[in-house]
Amino acid sequence: MSRVRVLVGTKKGAFILDSDGMRKDWKVSGPFFAGWEIYHVKGSPVDPNRIYASQSSSWSGQVLQRSDDGGATWAAVGNKFMYEGAPGTHQWYDGTPHPWEFRRVWHLEPSLTDADTVYAGVEDAALFKSTDGGANWDELAGLRGYGAGQDTHAPAWQPGAGGMCLHTIILDPSNAERMYIAISAAGAFRTDDGGKNWKPINKGLVSPFMPNPSAEVGHCVHHVAMHGSRPEVLFMQKHWDVMRSDNAGDTWHEVSGNLPTDFGFAIDVHAHEPETIYVAPIKSDSEHFPLEGKLQVWRSKTGGNEWEALTKGLPQQDCYVNVLRDAMAVDKLDTCGVYFGTTGGQVYASADAGENWAPIVRDLPAVLSVEVQTL
Amino acid sequence: MVLPQHLRTLAGVGAEVSLQVDAPVTAARVLDALEARYPMLKGTIREYGTGKRRAFMRFFACAEDWSHTGMEAELPGAVAEGKEPLLILGAIAGG
Repeated sequence: MSRVRVLVGTKKGAFILDSDGMRKDWKVSGPFFAGWEIYHVKGSPVDPNRIYASQSSSWSGQVLQRSDDGGATWAAVGNKFMYEGAPGTHQWYDGTPHPWEFRRVWHLEPSLTDADTVYAGVEDAALFKSTDGGANWDELAGLRGYGAGQDTHAPAWQPGAGGMCLHTIILDPSNAERMYIAISAAGAFRTDDGGKNWKPINKGLVSPFMPNPSAEVGHCVHHVAMHGSRPEVLFMQKHWDVMRSDNAGDTWHEVSGNLPTDFGFAIDVHAHEPETIYVAPIKSDSEHFPLEGKLQVWRSKTGGNEWEALTKGLPQQDCYVNVLRDAMAVDKLDTCGVYFGTTGGQVYASADAGENWAPIVRDLPAVLSVEVQTL
Repeated sequence: MVLPQHLRTLAGVGAEVSLQVDAPVTAARVLDALEARYPMLKGTIREYGTGKRRAFMRFFACAEDWSHTGMEAELPGAVAEGKEPLLILGAIAGG
């Protein structure tokens, strides 16, 4: 029988949650790297025993951890993230130029074809790549316009409330040269040549907080998701608005439909139904908790616009947690499992595509990220 | 030298680490020796690139604050002789 391994990053360490295909009884391991912020933990699709973890703290900066045995043991690998050339400036919150400064790795995306190749999305926003299992890192500096022909308007990028982070990396399984990334608050970008040149892909996004709400960059994209069988279709949870693109991000249209609020962070796609998507609606950008204290996942089986609330097993009163952008994931078992973590330390699982939910754990530190491996 | 708890865990060492450092014994040289023996500590006490002390890390020696003295300043003789440790502490900064 297949197994699942849920990789959880929290404000104070990492945890690994294991279960069989029933996804009913769970073994909880951890905390790993206790006391450190673990922004992301993700396994290689090529070798599931190869797992990468981003470990950081305000005191001691960034550490990168790697496991080659499914999370049983870990070793620190390379943590030298140096921007290519003169780092330059981006906009600060007040609009003044601010030097690019490395702070932490938000997201790790292992290659689809090579366990030793992994991408890192960092704050201040940039994309790094390692081809030796995380020992050494090089910036794909074309994203920031360095040495590239494309103008990605990097000096105009500005931080969102959480910092100027590159938080989403999506690799196209049908085209090794194509990759998507997203930055708060710059927007989404695509490369079609393996990371040398990039272009903003934000047409159709409207952000009323911007002087020009339809500007090419400056949008606070919270997360983007793709189904591997249709890599040209993208779903986006923006600061406000749930968006969809059917042409690899060239244009977007809103699919918020009947959602009770279209603010949120997390979004994901069913493992076997590319038109079935999940979001965790949050009340507003100033009130980062569910509407009316009711924790709900909303599902659309029509690729957006028509949504239904999934509430069975989730608290429906007095719940004021948040679900962060990397804290939702799906497994690949026949009845697709859906998982999400909260800033209240709960990790919820549904073994039936969202119909019924149960907490795996209730009292972890605030959950920053959730990933699932189907073994 | 004495490391903060979270760096002891990262490096897998106990409360005190003894290092062989040639004179003149400076914070930079102590850290060079420390990082050579424990490469996982690179970047955690001083920054890559600039080599500056990370903002929330503080250095103390012989009950004096050496955080702002400069990496190239010679540490007190008692530290160089191994009688007193170079203390590295994390600032009390919440979290």
